[in-house]
Amino acid sequence: MVAYAAKRLLAAIPVLVGLSVIVFAIMAMIPGDTALAILGSYATPENVARLNADLGLDRSLPEQYLAWAGNLVQGDLGRSYALNRPVLDEVSERFAATLILAGTSLVLASILGLLAGIVSAARQFGWADRIVTFLVLVGISTPAFLLGLILILLFAVRWRLFPASGMYAVYGGGDLADLLHHLVLPSITLAVIAAGIIARLTRGAMLEVLRQDFVRTARAKGLSERAVIGRHALRAALVQVIPVIGLQAGFVLGGAVYVETVFQWPGIGAMLVNAVAQRDILLVQGGVLVVAASYVLVNLLADVAQASLDPRLKS
Amino acid sequence: MSVKGWKTAFALAASFAMTVPAAAQTPPGVLVVGQIAEPQSLDPQQVTAANDFRITTNIYEGLVRYATGTLDLEPALATAWEISQDGLTYTFDLRPDVTFHDGSPFDAEAVKFTFDRMLDEAHPFHETGPFPLAFQFSTVEEVRVVDPMTVEFRLEEPYAPFLNNLALPVGAIVSPAGVEAAGEGFGRQPSGTGPFRFAEWIANQRVVLAANPDYWGGAPALEAVVFRPVADANTRVAEMLSGGIDVLVETPPDNITLFADDPAFELHEAVGPHVWFLILNTREGPFADPRVRQVVNLAVDKQSLVDNVLQGTASVAAGPIPPAFDWAYNPDVAPWPHDPERARQLLAEAGAEGASLRFLVTEGGSGMLDPVPMATAIQADLAAVGLNVSIETYEWNAYLARVNAGLAGQGDMAQMAWMTNDPDTLPSLTLHSDALPEEGGFNSGYYANPQLDELLDRARVVTAEAERGEIYRQVQALVHEEAPWLFGAHWRQNAVTSSRVSGLVLQPDFTLQLRSVAKN
Repeated sequence: MVAYAAKRLLAAIPVLVGLSVIVFAIMAMIPGDTALAILGSYATPENVARLNADLGLDRSLPEQYLAWAGNLVQGDLGRSYALNRPVLDEVSERFAATLILAGTSLVLASILGLLAGIVSAARQFGWADRIVTFLVLVGISTPAFLLGLILILLFAVRWRLFPASGMYAVYGGGDLADLLHHLVLPSITLAVIAAGIIARLTRGAMLEVLRQDFVRTARAKGLSERAVIGRHALRAALVQVIPVIGLQAGFVLGGAVYVETVFQWPGIGAMLVNAVAQRDILLVQGGVLVVAASYVLVNLLADVAQASLDPRLKS
Repeated sequence: MSVKGWKTAFALAASFAMTVPAAAQTPPGVLVVGQIAEPQSLDPQQVTAANDFRITTNIYEGLVRYATGTLDLEPALATAWEISQDGLTYTFDLRPDVTFHDGSPFDAEAVKFTFDRMLDEAHPFHETGPFPLAFQFSTVEEVRVVDPMTVEFRLEEPYAPFLNNLALPVGAIVSPAGVEAAGEGFGRQPSGTGPFRFAEWIANQRVVLAANPDYWGGAPALEAVVFRPVADANTRVAEMLSGGIDVLVETPPDNITLFADDPAFELHEAVGPHVWFLILNTREGPFADPRVRQVVNLAVDKQSLVDNVLQGTASVAAGPIPPAFDWAYNPDVAPWPHDPERARQLLAEAGAEGASLRFLVTEGGSGMLDPVPMATAIQADLAAVGLNVSIETYEWNAYLARVNAGLAGQGDMAQMAWMTNDPDTLPSLTLHSDALPEEGGFNSGYYANPQLDELLDRARVVTAEAERGEIYRQVQALVHEEAPWLFGAHWRQNAVTSSRVSGLVLQPDFTLQLRSVAKN
């Protein structure tokens, strides 16, 4: 299992290198540059040239890329032009915020999705199934930003139960309770679509498993329905559901961009949007690299989890 | 789950919701300002955005500043100044007994340090940053310490806007001891002489300033100010409505009436030294003929743009000098009237009926108001008099690269907006024939008029304000008639405060002076 995981990790390195080259090339190709973004209407060709020289952006692209890669090997991602601080500090802080939001959402989505899927499979065509199916449809089809705004209007503006945005109170606060309080609305917003997808798949997988012989055998042995579903059917269904949860982890990370913007969550998605607008190349590269690496890692974890549930996949 | 189980869960959720404190009542004495982004830096010589200026102007001060609510200069760190007859030497008497927040004294050496760091590439601390706006002081030849409380600036040539430029946020005096200690990190450990001192910067969450009890002008009423980045306009408005922030700057036009009509809020407005205009390509195409340029000015219904598209957040422009510069503004020059009939006649006279025009439009950008809807409205107005306009939109960065390079071969008209602190800046950098793009200027429409050049050159060397003002009034009249641009609008700056806030007066230069603001 360890060797399998290590092999997968090594295979990710060329992917990440290639990705960084592509990101670097794209940033170089889009019109407008860092100095222009900083200077705005004051951007005379003369000022732009001087600022580019100050920032080291007048060197050739391969030179810039190699300098970046050389520093990267030493664990240095460079300095953000726009924020005037080390990329590593910014990216790690932002990524931690995204992980908190995306992680909470994924847990929430998994619990809700699994529960809903199991309930509706166990009560196929019953009223619980119908309600769940309806809710899942609504959840999947509501865009996250719209849901976010509705939640803000109801729970922050009208009832003032939860803060409208941010990760911590602006003055005082800063403890776990404060964080959880700020986490409620954005994590629900982000979890809804993933929960719907997980619920749908769990329901399908459960229905399929429930028709199989070993379930009939378990029932015939006189096990309670709860034990049949919980101990036998669910375990078999999870083999199908876990890779989907892994995929949803990627989806949640991607969807975090909108949710982070709407709720002003200081995560990496919102950071990347700003960094691209400001042509902050080093920050974009650092951010993309970290996000890509986390995708690789999440998929790896999902594969390992699936393999441990289903011994046939280990070979 | 059984029905009983659901009930329990629901009761738990409800009790959780009840025990949570009512969200976001900000504490008294602490002012929370919601801005569009977090600052890039708090080093006043390095920053270029209004977001950053709103913070730095409360930490630092310049030798001079604008009196509350105006663009009239008043003493700040200098108590008095003298300008030599030839306009080349400015001598400042400095305010005694002022200390920087780090405890070091403010003196002539600090002034010299600030400007040398920015302008002299050999200065030991020049490496502490790029200085994008240093060109505002490019006429400074030397800064000389006469004695600890007297400092002298020698200019290479007479340059009347110099004093005004000293009042810019980039002219703020920094603590030499602070820069020496922090080096490149000075932007995150700032030290000035202003009414607030830096307390805390948590990336992406807040910048906190605390009152400076030793401020020479008396301690401010507020205990602390928190600047919060809230990038999304809807979220910013929601935060204001939910009580999460006390001051909302740059309110989206659509929400203005929402706040104006609600007694829980107060809407503040101030005219800004801002001009939104369309550069017309006077070198080639239909706009080489001044009559066609006048046609555009007659055909576009600017009042409707301002009232309907911008929802009253701007006023109609008559020329390149905004009324915020009241000493230089010419009230006798009225904006071009909306007269499609006369426009059609004039167009026929010029023989340019049915001409096709390429219109460069940005998707958004600093000071650009609502560029795409404005462009569409202008397109419709021009179609009504017989001009076919095709709109080409670009993202702001790409747009600047294109338009600043000059319109030749690229288009007939392009949007632009400038915010300035001196009536000289905009006409000199965008209409003077020495300022063509190939010369490194911003005259992207290639307007050239020897008479205008002569007026602008003269205004730069005259240091008496009344005399300068008279020249700018002539500039306004001349440029209005020649119509090198479509004169669009002047943005009215706005801010919303909660009714708990008192004493806020908006500055026309888009900074936020908080020394007299209180909050209960």
